[in-house]
Amino acid sequence: MKTRVVANVSSLPTYGFGTSASTWWGTLGFCAIEGTGFVLAIGMYLFLAFNNPHWPLGFAPPMHWPGTALTVLLLASLIPNVMVDRAAHQENLPRVRWLLVLMTAIGFVAIAIRFVEFYMLIPRWDSNAYGSIIWLLLGLHATHLITDVGDSVVLTALMFTKHGRAKRFADVSDNAFYWYFVVGAWLPIYYLVYWFPIL
Amino acid sequence: MPRAAAMPRPANQRDTGLDDAELRERLAYTWGRRPGIVGWLSTVDHKEIGRRYIATAFVFLALGGLLAASIRLQLARPEAHVVGPDLYNQIFTTHGSNMMFLFAVPVMQAFSLYLVPLMVGNRNIAFGRLGAYSYWMFLAGGIFLWVSFLLDIGPDVGWFAYVPLSGPQYGIGKRPDVWAQMITFTEVASMAAAVQTIVTVFKHRAPGMKLTEMPLFVWAMLVTAFMIIFAMPAVMIASTSLILDRLVGTHFFNPSEGGSALLFQHLFWFFGHPEVYIIFIPGTGMVSAIVETFARRPVFGHIAMIISLVATGMLAFGLWVHHMFATGLPELGASFFTIMSMTIAIPSGLQIFCWLTTLFTGTPVIRTPLLFIFGFFFIFVLGGMTGVMVASIPIDLQVHDTFFVVAHFHYVLIGGAVFPLIGATYYWFPKITGRMMSERLGTWNFWLAFIGFNVAFFPMHILGMLGMPRRVYTYQHDVGWEGLNLTSSIGALILAASFALFFFNMWRSARTGALAGPNPWGAGTLEWLAESPPLPHNFDQIPVVTHATPLWAERESLPIVSGISVNKREILVTSLTDARPEIREASPDSSIWPLIAAIATTVAFIASIFSPWAVVWGGALVGVTLIGWFWPKTIQEDLE
Ligand code: HEM
Ligand SMILES: [Cu+2]
Repeated sequence: MKTRVVANVSSLPTYGFGTSASTWWGTLGFCAIEGTGFVLAIGMYLFLAFNNPHWPLGFAPPMHWPGTALTVLLLASLIPNVMVDRAAHQENLPRVRWLLVLMTAIGFVAIAIRFVEFYMLIPRWDSNAYGSIIWLLLGLHATHLITDVGDSVVLTALMFTKHGRAKRFADVSDNAFYWYFVVGAWLPIYYLVYWFPIL
Repeated sequence: MPRAAAMPRPANQRDTGLDDAELRERLAYTWGRRPGIVGWLSTVDHKEIGRRYIATAFVFLALGGLLAASIRLQLARPEAHVVGPDLYNQIFTTHGSNMMFLFAVPVMQAFSLYLVPLMVGNRNIAFGRLGAYSYWMFLAGGIFLWVSFLLDIGPDVGWFAYVPLSGPQYGIGKRPDVWAQMITFTEVASMAAAVQTIVTVFKHRAPGMKLTEMPLFVWAMLVTAFMIIFAMPAVMIASTSLILDRLVGTHFFNPSEGGSALLFQHLFWFFGHPEVYIIFIPGTGMVSAIVETFARRPVFGHIAMIISLVATGMLAFGLWVHHMFATGLPELGASFFTIMSMTIAIPSGLQIFCWLTTLFTGTPVIRTPLLFIFGFFFIFVLGGMTGVMVASIPIDLQVHDTFFVVAHFHYVLIGGAVFPLIGATYYWFPKITGRMMSERLGTWNFWLAFIGFNVAFFPMHILGMLGMPRRVYTYQHDVGWEGLNLTSSIGALILAASFALFFFNMWRSARTGALAGPNPWGAGTLEWLAESPPLPHNFDQIPVVTHATPLWAERESLPIVSGISVNKREILVTSLTDARPEIREASPDSSIWPLIAAIATTVAFIASIFSPWAVVWGGALVGVTLIGWFWPKTIQEDLE
């Protein structure tokens, strides 16, 4: 078939941030899948809570301090997270580097808090359905913490090599975007696990 | 060595100023597969992956069909001894699980992987490596189920594996775990492909292709992909919790420790009902494409069709409880779900109205694909009618767990999805292989399938009303079910013959069929612009779209864009609603890492039905392979 050129795209950029780039949408897609998982796990919790005559079942709700510490840490981490996102948009490599190191460190502390809590947590997962669902909620979130920190470690390493340029800044921005999701997903879980049974 | 490999390859060579032959040669080299077995295993081309996906899903159709045949053989006569009760349990469970998770959903997504990038006018699907990973995971999950079946550890708890039967107390050995982990494999594969479809549709459409002017098949696959994203996590949570109950002693579904068996049913059907539409909606997309081409006019009511697709997708999430009417739900709640279940007939009815109007106002050309669409209308409408019947609680309580239900869902699944699928295979086969399928065999194929199907499944309605339960391996002489069962088994034999003919026709036509050329049916959508089979880069030039059926609108000369790189894989990313060009983005190169990552995931998944620690070391293993996958191999990749 004959063709006629109606536009030339050679002046377009070769990467972009946010909604213009494919990876951003991909990240959003996976957040939607995992977010649905969180919503369903929360639904399971509520289903069990309302189908049992007493809630919590047989145990007092877990001590809230580890959860509260985590909440404070995650909320505070939003500040460097905004900063790293901005630095990525400005393609400011030195700033991106140290902020990524900071975010990764925060991630490790968060994981540490979670594991200390797992170590102490009563009820256990096999105590009864109440224990099972608490472990499921915390475990699901811990998985997301670990995934994000793993991703951050690799990305940080990448930004310290010769690859730390151009499209990689968009990756940094997407990584920050995922962290918002991890923090956002935590808040309802925090409420359900520590405060809902008391109220 | 291809000539293009020897050509000078400036990094930023654009498609402007090359003559047609050189442009084509260079693009084919850039997008082509690397030689050898490693090249074959490393491809990220949506067409190669789509083809493998389709072929593999058809293999699972044939295997599932063999199980169906053994079911019908066993039930043909009373007190037969073809298979015993224990094997029968494994057979119907594996048949159902295989058909749903390894055939029906994957085959539809496979068509999406193959066709959507072509239909939206791009050179590859988004995240090509994810597509490769998705395929390997699907394959591994399928092999896992079938090897387990051969080792006598096939699941035997029904395709929805209700607790407590599947729980730690009654579930024998590892059989329910096989079911649960097969779910994990296939859902990971499906969700990955769904994300690819969504991003491709949202961001990789040819310039000018507005969302509202997208082909209806693409719309159907978009709605399906969204349904997968919101439905499949539910079954993954259900199956994971089931494994946890069985392996580490959690009590999610154990009523004596505060758990709930009903919770499993809710989780399963929150997925399970949309699942039916995940299978059926792509079928409607196929119907739209075929009706449009063979009626020789755009589908009547394009926007109405889009609205009913979206409405069906959303309503499908409000129906799941109708699978649980027999569990003693509160009456008001149950009535609500009855009403919802009947409402969903409205958008489906609207679609049927639009198709019929298209056919009546067009000038239909009757070929095999259209025959299968006529078959679809007939069978699906009957299945819809029994659907409205079982949506009403008194009827449901009467026929629950009888062969009436088996008849109903095969009418909807085979009528609503398999008939359009076979039609679609006849329709797109020339695109995929470059050759036409035989029309003569196609006509035989259709009539055998249509007659065989109805003879096999219509009697099951009556058997159900006579009280014959499903999932029971035999029945006595004196209950009066013999004639109908024998009839049904004969029908199944005819149906099996139709599938044999179908596979034979494909096999023979791929070798000796008439050459097709780019657009053998004179269709209007972009996949017919590409060569048959398409070259690795799909299109020499990226078209600019001005109309819902671009090839009918631009018959003289085709508007295109220029300025895209030819020596590296570059695709055009466009804006969400009206497809303005935004970025020239790099498209992933071939890579062996998706396969390695899939192998690691397979090891982790299978090991974790034996030991919870496999999640820890398996997760680390997968993590390492993902680093290999994402770590840039050349400095070039950063600039792209
Ligand atoms: C090819 C011809 C087919 C025949 C002759 C056939 C036959 C049957 C029969 C007789 C049963 C009932 C077994 C029992 O309850 O004892 C059954 C169950 C089932 N079939 Fe098919 N089938 C066919 C194709 C399909 C297809 C294409 C699908 C899905 C797309 C499918 C999905 C199912 C499911 C989900 C079950 C329920 C299994 C269970 O009870 O757990 N079948 N089939
Ligand atoms: Cu349903």
